[in-house]
Amino acid sequence: MTGLFLAGGGGGGPVIPNFGGGTSKCVIDNGRFCWDWFTQNWSGTFEPALIQHIELTVIAVGIGFAISFLLAIAAHRARWLAPPVTFLGSLLYTIPSLAFFEIMVSITGINWFTVEIALVSYTLLILFTNTLAGLSGVSSEVLDAAHGMGMKPAQVLWKVELPLALPTIIAGLRVAVVTVVSLATVAAYIVPAGLGKPIFDAIGSGLFNTKFIAAGVLCVALALVGDGLFAGLQRVLTPWAAARRGAA
Amino acid sequence: MNDFTDGAWNFITTHVNLVLSDLGTHLVLSAESVAIAIVLGVPLGVWLGHIHRFSFLAINISNLGRALPSLAILAILLPYTGVGQLDVVIALVILAFPPILTNSYVAVEQVDADTVDAARGNGLTPLQVLTKVELPLALPLIFAGIRTSAVFVVATATLAGIFGGGGLGDIINNRESYGLNGIIAASYILIVLAFLVQIAFLGLEWLVTPPGLRVSRVKRSRRRGGAPGWPSPADLPDEHADRDRGEEGAASEDALAATRPRPGL
Repeated sequence: MTGLFLAGGGGGGPVIPNFGGGTSKCVIDNGRFCWDWFTQNWSGTFEPALIQHIELTVIAVGIGFAISFLLAIAAHRARWLAPPVTFLGSLLYTIPSLAFFEIMVSITGINWFTVEIALVSYTLLILFTNTLAGLSGVSSEVLDAAHGMGMKPAQVLWKVELPLALPTIIAGLRVAVVTVVSLATVAAYIVPAGLGKPIFDAIGSGLFNTKFIAAGVLCVALALVGDGLFAGLQRVLTPWAAARRGAA
Repeated sequence: MNDFTDGAWNFITTHVNLVLSDLGTHLVLSAESVAIAIVLGVPLGVWLGHIHRFSFLAINISNLGRALPSLAILAILLPYTGVGQLDVVIALVILAFPPILTNSYVAVEQVDADTVDAARGNGLTPLQVLTKVELPLALPLIFAGIRTSAVFVVATATLAGIFGGGGLGDIINNRESYGLNGIIAASYILIVLAFLVQIAFLGLEWLVTPPGLRVSRVKRSRRRGGAPGWPSPADLPDEHADRDRGEEGAASEDALAATRPRPGL
C-alpha cells in the first residue's frame, strides 16, 4: 500500500499563510507534515478535537448499546420481535451518513443531539444482532443443566446466557466503536466538533497538508485503539476462551 | 416536514440536468472504485481460499480496513494526490477492498471438504475443482462481499463532492448555490440510490446462487429470525459457528467480524 502514498506528487492548491502559531519554512511552503506546527497547535486544535471525538463515540455507543441490549433480551424471549427490529436496523444502516445528517438537521436542528441520533442508529443493527446471536448461540445442554440446577429464568439469563454470549457481544461492540469513530468524522460537517473539524477546516481554507495528515492519522489511531481496547476487554472478561484457544 | 419534501421535489424537477449529471458522475466514480477493488480482491481471495492458506492475512487485512475511517483516509491522501477524483477513488478502493477480499477468501475456503474430495475422486484437475466446484458454491458469498462494498462506496462517494471529485455530494456541498432544497433533494436521492444498489446486488446474489442452495438460504434466515432476503450482520456468524466452534474459535470470530457489513459514510 505504501506505493499509493508515494504516487501523486506535490500537494497542490493555493495556500493561505495564516495558520495560527508558527511560521516556519515548512509551514510557509505547506510541507507534507510540519511537526513544529503540529506541536504548537496540539493543545489548541487537536487535543480538544480528539476529546470531543471520544465523547461523541462513547455517548453514541453507550446509548446504542443500552437500547440494543434491552431489545435483544426482549427479542430473545419473544422471537417475533427479531425480524422487525433487524429490518428497521438494516434500513437505518443503509442510509448514507451525510444524507442522514442533513435530513436530521432539517428536523432537529444543528446540534449534538442531531448527530447522536444518527450515530446511535448506526450502532443498533450490529449490537442488536450480535447480542441476540450470542444469546441464541448458548447450547441447549447448558441451558438444561442450568434449569436442572434449579436456576430461575433471570438467573439463567444473567449467570449463564449473558456470560457465554459475551464474546459475540464484545465483537459487536468492536465493530460499533470503529463504525462510530469513522462516522463521527463526517458529523463535523454538520456540527463543528471532533476530528472531522480540522479536516473540513483545512478544505475550507488553504488545504494545509499538516492539518489533513494530523487529523487523519489521529482518527485512524483512535479507531485502532478503540478496536484494540475491546479486543483486550474480551480477553480479560472471557478467560475461558483464551484457555480453549491455548488448548486447541 | 411537507415543506422540505415539496422543496426537494421542486429542486429535482427544476434541476433535472444537474441532478442527472451529478448522479452520473457519482455512479461512474463508484463503479470505477468497486471494479478496481473486485479486480484486486476477488482473484486474490479466491486463490488464498483455494490453497487454504494465509487466512491470517486475508482476515486481518479486512479487520484493519474496517478500522480505517474513509474521511481520514481522504485527508491523509490529499497532500499526496491533490484535490480531485484520484484522492477519492483511492480512498474508495481502500474502503471496498477488504470486504471483497475477505468474503472471496471465506467463500472458497469454506466449501465443504467432502465435496472437494468427491470432485477430486471423480478425476477433476485442480483447476476444474476451482472453476466447476468451488467457485459456483462460493459465488453467493463473493457477491455478498461485493454488495457490502458497493453500498459503502455509493454512500461514501458523497464525500467526493467535498474533496473536489464531483457527484451528488457536490450538491450537498454547495449550499450557497443550491440552498437547503438542493441538500435535501440530494440526500433523498442518495438514500434511494443506496437502497437500489442494495436491492440490485441482492438480486444478483440470488441469480448467482445455485438453485439447490436458494431454498435452504431463505429457510436458514427464517430459522434465525432474521428478515428473509434482507442481509443481517448475523448471517455469517451462524453459518460459521457450527463448523468452527471449539476448534479454531478465535480465528473464526475474527473472520466473522471482518465479513460483517458496516455503513458507508
